[in-house]
Amino acid sequence: MLKIENVTRMFGPKAAVDRASFEITGSAFVGIIGRSGAGKSTLLRMMNRLTDASSGEISFAGRNILALNGAEKRAWQGQCAMIFQQFNLVPRMDVASNVLHGLLNQRSTFATMFNLWSDADITRALEILDRLGIIEQAPKRAEALSGGQQQRVAIARALMQDPKVILADEPIASLDPMNAQVVMDTLRRIHDEDGRMVIANLHTLDTARRYCDRVIGMRDGRVVFDGTPDQLTTGVARDIYGADASFNESATSTSITGPADTAYAETMLA
Amino acid sequence: MVDITFGPEPGKRPDLTNPTESYIHQTRRKRLYGFILLMLFVALMAAGFRTAEDRNAGDFLSGLHQLGDFPAEVLSEAWSNRANLPGLVWQYLPSLLETINIAATATLLGAIAGAILALGATRNLARFPLLTPLYRRTADLLRAIPEIVIALILIFILGGGPIPAVLAIALHTAGALAKLFSESAENADLKPVEGLASTGAAWSQQIWLGILPQVAPNWLSYALLRFEINVRASAILGFVGSGGIGYDLKLAMQWGGGKYDQVVAIFALLFLAIIVFDQLSAYARNRLVKGQ
Repeated sequence: MLKIENVTRMFGPKAAVDRASFEITGSAFVGIIGRSGAGKSTLLRMMNRLTDASSGEISFAGRNILALNGAEKRAWQGQCAMIFQQFNLVPRMDVASNVLHGLLNQRSTFATMFNLWSDADITRALEILDRLGIIEQAPKRAEALSGGQQQRVAIARALMQDPKVILADEPIASLDPMNAQVVMDTLRRIHDEDGRMVIANLHTLDTARRYCDRVIGMRDGRVVFDGTPDQLTTGVARDIYGADASFNESATSTSITGPADTAYAETMLA
Repeated sequence: MVDITFGPEPGKRPDLTNPTESYIHQTRRKRLYGFILLMLFVALMAAGFRTAEDRNAGDFLSGLHQLGDFPAEVLSEAWSNRANLPGLVWQYLPSLLETINIAATATLLGAIAGAILALGATRNLARFPLLTPLYRRTADLLRAIPEIVIALILIFILGGGPIPAVLAIALHTAGALAKLFSESAENADLKPVEGLASTGAAWSQQIWLGILPQVAPNWLSYALLRFEINVRASAILGFVGSGGIGYDLKLAMQWGGGKYDQVVAIFALLFLAIIVFDQLSAYARNRLVKGQ
């Protein structure tokens, strides 16, 4: 359904994404991993058309979305929701308005200026907030919410778009472990219940293993791994991250139920 | 009987414990307030137009066609004497330079004073936080008095010439820039300052290294914008006897016909100078803010 062919993005003489190719069929939950600067974000931003590609082709249901322009491009962005690391909400507006922003592609600027949303739209926005368990926050300003709640508002905005694809760019990188789990569970639930395609950039291996059906590894702009979570062994991870044998993923793991050092914890708690 | 007393059955009231209904209710109320405000605004504008029209000596609409009369007179006279124009432009060039010099000196002095006032007036940066209101009110006062009033007082004290003009513009500029500088300093990131403070740096060192590099592009951009404004202000101050091209313009214009070729030459010079400086400073500001 989503096919990426030889997509390249140059920043000056350096290739941020270098001839990346892969294909996603059906509604998969795909994780993209790799160290900072590997080109994960650029790739996602090109799929949403926030960044232009230098060459290559991204096609969705047979249509090359890199060739779209103007209103057609914005219509594609309406179908391809994006979730950001820093939530990217309008901080001074209330939560329900932020969710309603998911409909902007179908609205005129005039209706937006006068905040004319129909009761049906408002009801749907609040239903989505209810589904994500944050309906009590609806009249509050977005900036008054905690990080985890703000990210759920961002997911609600994405759902309001009724998108075919949800792109999540490091959705949990600025959240604490508990909120990170809530947000990842929410994304997985959306995928399981609505059958939407989710592509997420992730910075922790345990998250990728736990939530994804398929993992793509990137290094220096190139796709270097493409397989199931089971195939993602420590040796493969070392290759993706370009690390030597001293690399130990549990050292920086953010999982609460990870391989905890119980002996050390007990001495600290004693 | 009860129906008659209490009126008909009221419509269904919104159930405010239901979040969806309460939010829709709240949105409707906000929309209603917005609509009332908009109607009030339109009504006030319409009423105000009537008042202004009644108090006008002539009639706005019937006087509108006379708008072009004076420029037409000036231009037609200048056209018949067009051979004089290049010579006149050359003759008035020194006055233009004087005007620009007044503006440049005043901007420089005003920007320095404005920076000092701004650092004293910014709440989270000031060395003496209790004194911020004093700095603020000083800046307000300087900004509130029009240049032309300060210039008239100074001309009365010091006599005519460029010095009163420089001082008048500099004082107003200091007040205006202090406000803008302080606002951009208020938005500066305080993390570098905290980092420097943690090494034991003095207040002046923290400001010099932590704040000034951050705000420099913004401050320079504001100062350049003020320079553009000051070129115009210094031309106008010539009218009250502060020298520069404004003084020549006043002499050429005040006796009516006969010297309109000079008026056109001065306007052309002033117009060109303002365009050139606007373009230059817009270019410089763009480079500063966007970094190329």
